[in-house]
Amino acid sequence: MTDLLVLAAGGAVDLPLGITEGGNWFLRNAWLIPLLPALSFVVILFFGKRMPRGGSELGIAVLGIAFVLALLTGAAWIGHRDNYHGDEIHRAVVVVDDGGHSGADAADHGSGGGHAEQSLAVVNTVTWFQAGGVEFSVGTLVDGPAVMMLIVVTLVSLLVHVYSTEYIQDDRRYTHFFAFLSLFSASMLMLVISENTLQLLTSWELVGVCSFVLIGHWWEEKPNSDAALKAFLTNRVGDMGLIVGVSILFFSVGSALPDRFGSFSIAETNALASAGMLPQTALLVAACCLMAAVMSKSGQFFLHTWLPDAMAGPTPVSALIHAATMVVAGVYMIARLYGVFFEGLSIGGSSINLMAVIGGITTLVGACLAFVQRDIKKVLAYSTISQLGYMVMALGVGAWTAAMFHLFTHAFFKACLFLGSGSAAHAVHGFDMKSDMGGLRKVMPHTYRTFVIASIALAGLPPFAGFWSKDEILVGTGGWGLFGGTGGNGAYTLMLVMGMVTAALTAAYMTRCVYLTFFGEFRGHGEPHESGRRITVPLWILAGLAVGAGLLNMPSGFQLAPGSMQERFGHVVEPVAGYFPVISHAGPSWSLAIASTLVVLTGFAVAGWYYFVRVEAASAAAGRSLTELPDGPTSRYALARMGHTFLVNKYYLDHLYTGIVAGGTKGPVAAAAYRFDQRVIDRGVDLVGETAVSAGRAVYDKVDQMVVDGVVNASGRVALDTGGKLRKIQSGRIQDYAAILFAAATVLAGILIVIV
Amino acid sequence: MFLNQFLLLSAALFAIGVYGVLARRNGVLVLMSIELILNAVNINLVAFAAFGNSLAGEVFTLFVIAIAAAEVGVGLAMVLLLYRNARNIDLSRIDLMRG
Repeated sequence: MTDLLVLAAGGAVDLPLGITEGGNWFLRNAWLIPLLPALSFVVILFFGKRMPRGGSELGIAVLGIAFVLALLTGAAWIGHRDNYHGDEIHRAVVVVDDGGHSGADAADHGSGGGHAEQSLAVVNTVTWFQAGGVEFSVGTLVDGPAVMMLIVVTLVSLLVHVYSTEYIQDDRRYTHFFAFLSLFSASMLMLVISENTLQLLTSWELVGVCSFVLIGHWWEEKPNSDAALKAFLTNRVGDMGLIVGVSILFFSVGSALPDRFGSFSIAETNALASAGMLPQTALLVAACCLMAAVMSKSGQFFLHTWLPDAMAGPTPVSALIHAATMVVAGVYMIARLYGVFFEGLSIGGSSINLMAVIGGITTLVGACLAFVQRDIKKVLAYSTISQLGYMVMALGVGAWTAAMFHLFTHAFFKACLFLGSGSAAHAVHGFDMKSDMGGLRKVMPHTYRTFVIASIALAGLPPFAGFWSKDEILVGTGGWGLFGGTGGNGAYTLMLVMGMVTAALTAAYMTRCVYLTFFGEFRGHGEPHESGRRITVPLWILAGLAVGAGLLNMPSGFQLAPGSMQERFGHVVEPVAGYFPVISHAGPSWSLAIASTLVVLTGFAVAGWYYFVRVEAASAAAGRSLTELPDGPTSRYALARMGHTFLVNKYYLDHLYTGIVAGGTKGPVAAAAYRFDQRVIDRGVDLVGETAVSAGRAVYDKVDQMVVDGVVNASGRVALDTGGKLRKIQSGRIQDYAAILFAAATVLAGILIVIV
Repeated sequence: MFLNQFLLLSAALFAIGVYGVLARRNGVLVLMSIELILNAVNINLVAFAAFGNSLAGEVFTLFVIAIAAAEVGVGLAMVLLLYRNARNIDLSRIDLMRG
């Protein structure tokens, strides 16, 4: 790396980007994979109704071909990764002269990569358009994570297509459904191989639109179209962050390139960021903006509220979009722009940062909410939120490979769980575990077995897939030297604790879910029976992967596995190149693995004791199938009841959003204030009131009735009065608005004339 | 020919258009009045372009015309839907969004 130093003295360095334009045919032509489903979207939309099977056969065939292509690309990548020695692309970069420090800094960073172990990503770009001397290109950037995602997306999408042919059989918009499944697959595949952030942004929006359309597939019912709108609008909030973040990166990269105004290229952005050549402040701001996008798309606390509602869509959509692929787009985006996040949030050598905290909180929040759901799909939705939090947390602590690996395994077992819940719901015609399900293990053996397998994989018991990926994340936090791990990028002890607690909670809520669905006696109506082959075969394939996928990345130094089996996934997927930051890897720890297994077993044991022993006994005593103890903790302790109410109301976030944020912009200001009063202040007062009742009537009478209620009523009256006056402006007649508009324009024009 | 004449014509057209938008109740006539406003703007643009020796105004006018065509297409489709649902196109009676 001495050459870098010499060049740095001249004011410019030649920065290796870690990408190449050569390579295998499959790697250079990966654009074919998204193109195929895009074409099938158009064909199905226009000619699907005339096809014998309503267009579904074309979707399945195209996804099958795409899957084969993705596998071939994967095979090509494995060969390319170790054996390619072509030319690497370099880019001349301006070094800001502040005492020669940044040049030396760049050399320091650059030397970490090392040329011997390099994995060059394959790029293939064409110019899209030119504007103002800036060239906008589209293209593909194929490397380890991209190839991994190509395989996951095409495989899950293919299985979901097959499953859907039975699940939505005889639906009135059957063709439409398959058309949009195709469009979704195309957009998601384009997202993962995007060469630049502009292209990423475009596909990001496209998957959002597909999600909107598919959630609202049965839009005739109001809750479904409301859920679709909510998903779309919540995502808009985060998309603003994405647009701002991408723009910041565009300009800051441009300032480092001598011959360019700006650049959207992911490789250039990452290479510059990892080399320490971009200002830390710009990276920090960009990373925070991009985090907003991640929070909305990947359902992170506090923008996660759309994801449970999105379960209004058909179950295959939930499995494909809201479990395995689209919701991980945010996680993938972090992984893609990891140079930016790693430097911007100073992930290395720290013990807390924004991303890790958001991920950690999300994982706990999601797991807690999963306990109070009656709808089986909502349990899984909150579980997805929790697991996405796990991935974001992993990225936040610098455990990049662990996060990607968890994304990989989670896609399989969560898709399996969703498809299993759909299979059960299909049989009983309802999603409510307490009133529609129960005792299904006898009549639906395939669904039952696959669901249990996937649940164990989710909870993370060895040797199932979830164990390996979850354990890697826990090790990656680098917390507690006590456990003998060698540490990762920092000492994130808090995240280790959060991860451990979530592991126990996960085991417990999945036990509850399995018990309510498959054990006890059937509480619904009709005669449920096992679903057909087109549903059970995808279930078994996914269950098989839920068992076996973890073996792809057994930790190095794991004595029970042959050396060639260790860290295969990490070796193939993690880039070692100029566009990727140099991250350190945590060594595995037997004691941590045993501790996390014990934690999971404790979760199983506690929930199992509650349901399989106590509830079962209570059911036998009551002579009917119960779903909870008649004298459980919520009916005995006020605190437990309050906690339960708090969770049932989803931390009151929905009330906050619809009451304050949406109401404040939609209606007149006073109406919003009135709603704020009704939904937040009043509810707060009610909560206070309830506590006061259990504390004593005296306090209730004096404080609540006389002081607080007086204030609330007074403010309510004031708000109502102002509202009544202001609402007159909102006549609903377009011409009144036009009159106001023209009057305002006239006044403004008058002011302009007077001033100028 | 003076620039003034064009500007007066366009101002008159604009005023007629604004009157139409505010006072007519028929949805189609409101759309037509919007077209009048747009054409008043077009006349302004072309006049300034012609007197200012610049092509930019004419180019913009072409864009405005294209967009006006699209706008009227969407607008008429909305009026049609309005008619289908409400059986009339009297704008003063459409007040579903009343607060």
